[in-house]
Amino acid sequence: MNVTTEQMRRERIDRGIKVRSDGLYALMSWRELSYLMTPRTILIVGMLCLPLLMPGAYWQRVMSIVCIYAFLAVGFDFLAHYVGLVSLGGAFFIGVGGYFSAILNTTFGLPPLVAIPMATIAGAVLSTILLLPCLPLRGVYFAIVTLMYPLFAARLIEAFDMLGGTDGIMGLDSFPNPMLEQYFIIGMLLMMLFAMRRLVNTDLGLVFRAVKDNDQAVRASAMNVTFYKALAVFIGSLMGCLAGACLAHIYMWSGISQFALDFSILPIAATVIGGSGTLVGPLIGCLILVPASELLRDFGTLRIAFYSLILVGFIVFRSDGIMSWGQRKYEQFERWKKI
Amino acid sequence: MEILIYGTINSVALALYALGFAMVYGVSRLPNFAHGALYVLSGFITWTVLNTLGLNYFLSILVSFAATAIIGALIYQFVLIRIRGMEISEIIASYAIALAILEGMRWAGFKGMNYTLPVFIEGSTTIAGVTVDVHRLIVVAAGTALFGLLWVFTRYTRIGLALRGMAQDERAALMLGIDSDVMAVVAMGMGSLMAAMAAALLLPLGNIVVESGYNVLILAIAVCIVGGIGSWGGAVLAAFIIGFAQILTVVFIGPHFQQVVALFAIIITLILKPSGLFGQQKELEERV
Amino acid sequence: MTGTDIPILEVSEVTKTFGGIIALNGISFHVKPGEILGIIGPNGSGKTTVVNCITGFIKTTAGDVRFKGRRITGKPPHKIAAMGITRTFQIMRPYYSLPAYKNLVIPLFSPRARKTGGWRGGGKLGDRDTVSIDILEEIGFERDSYVPYKITGTLPTGYLKRLELARCLALKPEVIICDEVFSGLSMSEIASMVPLIERLKMEGITLVMIEHRLRELFQVADRVMVLNFGEKLVEGTATEVMADERVKAAYFGSEQVEEVMKHA
Repeated sequence: MNVTTEQMRRERIDRGIKVRSDGLYALMSWRELSYLMTPRTILIVGMLCLPLLMPGAYWQRVMSIVCIYAFLAVGFDFLAHYVGLVSLGGAFFIGVGGYFSAILNTTFGLPPLVAIPMATIAGAVLSTILLLPCLPLRGVYFAIVTLMYPLFAARLIEAFDMLGGTDGIMGLDSFPNPMLEQYFIIGMLLMMLFAMRRLVNTDLGLVFRAVKDNDQAVRASAMNVTFYKALAVFIGSLMGCLAGACLAHIYMWSGISQFALDFSILPIAATVIGGSGTLVGPLIGCLILVPASELLRDFGTLRIAFYSLILVGFIVFRSDGIMSWGQRKYEQFERWKKI
Repeated sequence: MEILIYGTINSVALALYALGFAMVYGVSRLPNFAHGALYVLSGFITWTVLNTLGLNYFLSILVSFAATAIIGALIYQFVLIRIRGMEISEIIASYAIALAILEGMRWAGFKGMNYTLPVFIEGSTTIAGVTVDVHRLIVVAAGTALFGLLWVFTRYTRIGLALRGMAQDERAALMLGIDSDVMAVVAMGMGSLMAAMAAALLLPLGNIVVESGYNVLILAIAVCIVGGIGSWGGAVLAAFIIGFAQILTVVFIGPHFQQVVALFAIIITLILKPSGLFGQQKELEERV
Repeated sequence: MTGTDIPILEVSEVTKTFGGIIALNGISFHVKPGEILGIIGPNGSGKTTVVNCITGFIKTTAGDVRFKGRRITGKPPHKIAAMGITRTFQIMRPYYSLPAYKNLVIPLFSPRARKTGGWRGGGKLGDRDTVSIDILEEIGFERDSYVPYKITGTLPTGYLKRLELARCLALKPEVIICDEVFSGLSMSEIASMVPLIERLKMEGITLVMIEHRLRELFQVADRVMVLNFGEKLVEGTATEVMADERVKAAYFGSEQVEEVMKHA
């Protein structure tokens, strides 16, 4: 076998049905329509059915956590692969959203379903303002600074003993009932996912990609790069703060452990494993990683080491991720060709 | 006077943290997020060799030097070299390695307050009315000696010159017959070695705790950014600025805020002069 | 010649230092509306730095840049571009991962293009994809071929240089500063580029051209300025400049001058 492969080359060709259904006008048959719709339907129906399939309240809770991480992961994917801002500080968004929602709920007495959207927007605005000074930075520098934000937020809260200090803010209202909680989060996630996929294909999304590709040229095109970066960070932190606000209400508590590393590293791992730059990939990655890490809960911090290693393995050997792999299998066929 | 002496000691410590990180980044443009992890790892290797194998203290320090340098080089050779130049992947992978090392150690039971290394020489002395441990003075002396050695190394040895060549222009270095992959591995090994040296000097002053891995990383990065990446003189100066700023904060505001200083230093630097005190890369880049 | 004597772009006493190195030392010149000013000079004489200073990509150490009498020194690059001063990059900066025509969607997304409607637009911007293919066609991309749809990274240098110009045109500029649009092109590509430059001039766009290709530059430029070590050496018509002894000494080998003069 090894001998023959030397004179062979693997070639990948788009499937006929993919080519036919690429242009929207060509949708003439149910076959092509279903080719396009099947993966999307599986995802949507699957996500909607998951809470019903879960055995017991514990695993239903795990599904909510999956979605929380998925928000962060999709936000990370968007910022890193469509705007070129690698944010290692997903936990910062979680913390900001969580604290905002906690304050709105406990101090002003707003019900969760009102507090969450308000906390999301307020948190995203605050995160964007706080990250403004870092926006001129590129690549490594931005990553380093965002990595520090959650650590120092936690330190500041400790040092000033504000917002409940090390105890955090307790006594938040939970969602009215578990099913509502599940479907609120899943619904928001699917909506956000849909909105993001639309966004990156608009001209605005194109501008984001241009900023990633070559920000000097964007400047020369009479466009304010910092404004678009800030807009992108706002969109990304919107996702993170929504996740944080939901999380605070799930656990009925908001504290400095929301700035913990878990929230920064797991979404990144999920993105890499699921397929970076695909936006759906991160969700798939979360669906795999979060339950796995729940199963490994007995091992304590070893699970962080565990998915760090998986992450390294994927990044080095399989950097395209599950989603890109699946997409390739779905859209193309491969054959060996003689050279 | 107290401020002056402890400020100097603290500054030398910061410079020691930053040295290895600056070297690896300077030579191979790899932001080695595993730097802090290697620092702690080397401390635990020393402790393990000392307490379970029962070797002589200095011998176990040497073992930890060798082990850390080899581990660093192996990490580079087998993992990081495959994703060289892919910035996002480099950051994530080295950060993940750091997490794996640190959290793995935490799981293996290295937590709590009972892991300490003995100081080199017990006792304390008095300088200008201030009592200082002898060990802290050794830190300053050894740190200064290390900088001197490194300066000589990068200017008068073949490998040192090759590393500097790589740092300035990798392609030109390649054309002059410098194997950039080998040199990058060497740089990573030396960077890890410096992390181990810093650990050997500084860890006896306190407990070995996993958390210090993150702190060391942050401080190293802070020093490098404030000083301007790629400028060693800048890094030393930045170490002194941040070092004294920290001591002043501890004395006048409170110990809680010591770590916050580093972030403020970074943010202020990045807003006012993104290339750092001595870095000129950003401005020169525009000339192309 | 009365109305056109007011300069559209006026650079006075601009100085730029990098650390201790003086890149520009008190450069002054002006550009009249509708003319083509050539800037030449040996490597490292500060030509690109002039462009960067005018367009705001680097901050000047001292001095003033005025556009139609308004001071633009210290403004960020996107504001200057939005006023109508656009530039190309010597080292081309297209968006390599996008198809060629999508490169123009980005300048067309800018506030200026929305107001002006792009190169040919009469104040109303149509569908960005269509407009960008129109612009590409005018600038020499074959409309019905696959070229505008190819990923930019796979295009040859000639097209990339045109793309740089196209990005400027999408903003409907008043001034284009071309940083070596001829360099790296083959003779035939240059031959097709020269008429394009002349056409832009006929449409009333003011051009500042930084060039190493003297023969082609002298064909199109109204005036030429010579820089050397960050200082202005001479300024004048091509013939005047060529006759100047200092220019000969500083820049050209004497044989090259004669060769150029034969063709000019």
